[in-house]
Amino acid sequence: MDSQHLNPSTLKSRFTARFLRALIKINAQKPISSSSPREIFQRYRRIKVAADKSMAYSVRSRRTWSRATLWKLQSRSRRRLASSGRRSSIKTRTTTTTTTTTTSTNHRAAIVEKTSHEKENKEDHVGLAVQAEELRELVPGGESMDLCNLLDETAHYIKCLTTQVQVMKKIANLYSLE
Amino acid sequence: MSSRRWRESSRTNMSEEQITQLLSTLRQLLPEIPHSHSHKASSAAKVLKQTCNYIKTLHREVDDLSDRLSQLLATIDADSAEAAIIRSLLT
Repeated sequence: MDSQHLNPSTLKSRFTARFLRALIKINAQKPISSSSPREIFQRYRRIKVAADKSMAYSVRSRRTWSRATLWKLQSRSRRRLASSGRRSSIKTRTTTTTTTTTTSTNHRAAIVEKTSHEKENKEDHVGLAVQAEELRELVPGGESMDLCNLLDETAHYIKCLTTQVQVMKKIANLYSLE
Repeated sequence: MSSRRWRESSRTNMSEEQITQLLSTLRQLLPEIPHSHSHKASSAAKVLKQTCNYIKTLHREVDDLSDRLSQLLATIDADSAEAAIIRSLLT
């Protein structure tokens, strides 16, 4: 386990370094004395985004889910710069939902076509389609993947999420000891 | 036409094997759940459902930890803590 920490190129080390740097930046932005609930909430939002961002950057564009996350984050910051405070994100979110529905309908049609070939696994396939839809909503970028890729991406996504939780837990424990 | 159908079905058969393999990979990543009827081969849908629940749990953990961190950041001294944490986590 120690060798993992020494190796600067493991996912854990890359994520830890990035996330800590982001935390330092967030901490430096506001004076510590002002800890109103609203500011704490804003900090919570920033920390959460920083955590997801750090993980996506540590994976880079090697995975569809990390590319989708990075694209989402970049388009969000671009929108924020363009609108200068006005809430234009609602419009874009609607567009994304429409795309999801279209793609998911196509996927559902493809999976239903499959069930006509295997009658004994019919129930399994129908349940599979429903669960696959739910999974597509949870994994970033899942809307445009076929089932094989979705499962592959999900496995990697879960591995990264567990690393993220592990590191965040360690940091929180260290902070609470101070 | 028939050749296309044959190609489609063969693609489906290949995907079935791949899917089974990927599902077993997923199953290994999921946390152990003490179920009395675990001897029953978990159907693909069940594995996916467990996966969805696990991802939702992980998301919730990230939320809780972010919340904890946001409150902790408000109460600690910046520089000394950062240096100590970086040193302990990366060396």
